[in-house]
Amino acid sequence: MTHASLFALDATSQMDPTTGVFILASIVKMIAIFTLVMVGVAYTTFAERRISAWIQDRHGPNRVGPLGLFQVLADGIKNLMKEETYPSESNLALFILAPALAFIPAMLTWAVIPFASPLPTPWGRIDMVVADLPVGFLFTLAISSIGVYGLALAGWSSNNKYALLGGLRASAQMISYEIAMGMSTVCVLLLSGNVHLTEIIKQQSTMGWNVFLLSIAFFLFLIAAFAETNRVPFDLPEAESELIAGYHTEYSAMKFSLFPISEYAGMITASAMLVTLFFGGWDIPFTQWDNTGDFTVLKTLLTFASFAVKVLFWVFFYIWIRWTLPRFRYDQLMSLGWKVMLPIALAYVTIVATLVLVLDMAGLSRDWRFGGVMFAVNAVLVVLLFFVLDRGRIVSPAYSRLDKAAVDRLRAVTAARAALTTGEGA
Amino acid sequence: MQNEFVPLFYGFHFYLFGLIALASAILFVTRKSPVAAALWLVQTMFALAALYIMMDAQFVGVMQILVYAGAIMVVFLFVIMLLNLGHPDEISDIRGTWGRVIAGLFGIALLAEVGAASRNALVPALQLPQAPTDGAINGTAGVIGPIAGPMFKEYLLAFELTSVLLLVAVIGAVVLGKKSSNAR
Repeated sequence: MTHASLFALDATSQMDPTTGVFILASIVKMIAIFTLVMVGVAYTTFAERRISAWIQDRHGPNRVGPLGLFQVLADGIKNLMKEETYPSESNLALFILAPALAFIPAMLTWAVIPFASPLPTPWGRIDMVVADLPVGFLFTLAISSIGVYGLALAGWSSNNKYALLGGLRASAQMISYEIAMGMSTVCVLLLSGNVHLTEIIKQQSTMGWNVFLLSIAFFLFLIAAFAETNRVPFDLPEAESELIAGYHTEYSAMKFSLFPISEYAGMITASAMLVTLFFGGWDIPFTQWDNTGDFTVLKTLLTFASFAVKVLFWVFFYIWIRWTLPRFRYDQLMSLGWKVMLPIALAYVTIVATLVLVLDMAGLSRDWRFGGVMFAVNAVLVVLLFFVLDRGRIVSPAYSRLDKAAVDRLRAVTAARAALTTGEGA
Repeated sequence: MQNEFVPLFYGFHFYLFGLIALASAILFVTRKSPVAAALWLVQTMFALAALYIMMDAQFVGVMQILVYAGAIMVVFLFVIMLLNLGHPDEISDIRGTWGRVIAGLFGIALLAEVGAASRNALVPALQLPQAPTDGAINGTAGVIGPIAGPMFKEYLLAFELTSVLLLVAVIGAVVLGKKSSNAR
């Protein structure tokens, strides 16, 4: 293939490829995505350590290689060389299977996420998504719902009470937040009218990004995504102060390492989903150049860059939150999921569905005007939720304000206990 | 993407997933450990989902994983772990030789019934108003349009009644849960 043939493309480059080309391209895409995400995972662990150091005014790992960039390699080799231990009374088959069950779902979602505009080649148009499933969005929900098996089984098979408690917490937490997550994304589906991720991106390029049209759904999804990936402030399943290391207490060497790897892979995947559903996927903002006309190589490269920048921002956001917020208490976590997020999501779905129905009946075509009305209504709802209903009234029962009498009673009890202890000591 | 390999490819995977589904279902019934049994059931559900997707019922396939494997079985597993049932040998409910003989007879009778029924009865084709075609799948509503349409138009009453039934079950569970905590 000459250099010219790559850029001087004829009409074939815009058409569907043949079966052979399709299979070959799919294999290449699988390998490329897997490699990219794995390298991303490795450097996210490094970024986490450097950013945490920056936030806490330390240096962080900066000794291995330039800027400490080879630290990842050193850690990987260390984990592979370490001795593996197995707890004596464990269920060995499940103990070995569990890390894989945690890791695979975290990677699998990448199969359906479109990461750039289609690439024209001399052998036909190659979609920049590994598998362009017509049920793509439901597939991502299904895969994220089976991620819990790895954690629950790791906890159970270790035959360790801390591990078991961690596993139980993981399954309860993930089931709870999955519901809020699913409900928040119903609004996205109402606007796009399709579960095909490519169509969801197309809708956002014509109507405006969903983060502006469906801000409350975005906030709910963001919170649920933190809970689904077990990140602070929802890292209850591995809370060091209560459960040693939670579900992976008994793991060592590379099997232990697979749990952090799957956590970071889950984080990158959740960021990619966030970008796809609410930030227009690979769409470049403020221009229609990337959505209209023939596909070109330049468009593919620039849209991929746009996607990567957005995903990396949300990965950074995950890290930023971890080193900023403290952990929830377990009952707060449950009440936030069931008593706050789920009712808000349900109410929001009702409002958005009504609005979409009214706008459709008014004969408004689904373009920027439709988006404009959605944005205006949404701005009012956001102000209502965060400035009127919040402030300890409805939205934040996790630290809801006690009335004065209750505070006085608690203080009296504490004072009485303190007096009693001093009395005994004397 | 039609060529001569497609039927072979299809047939191979149909039998592969069929075999996996059957083998895991048998293992699910015969395992004594409740956790192992639950996991084999999950495996069966995944194989069934693969079969649904091969029949172009992508929505049913994904729902199989999302609802059964991802939600119901996780709750099952959660309860099994929470109860922390004793050693598998203590909780076996196979009761003596006569129990096995009677259960075996019932099983053979059931198989015979299935065999007799399938010999002189054809499975009626699904009576959807319109079979989803490739055109409908690639249309504006996507792959779930042909399912959502009939469900929320022609069969709306049946759909709503089913949801009321589920609601009754949910309320029943809450009432039962409340009762036992009051008794204590």
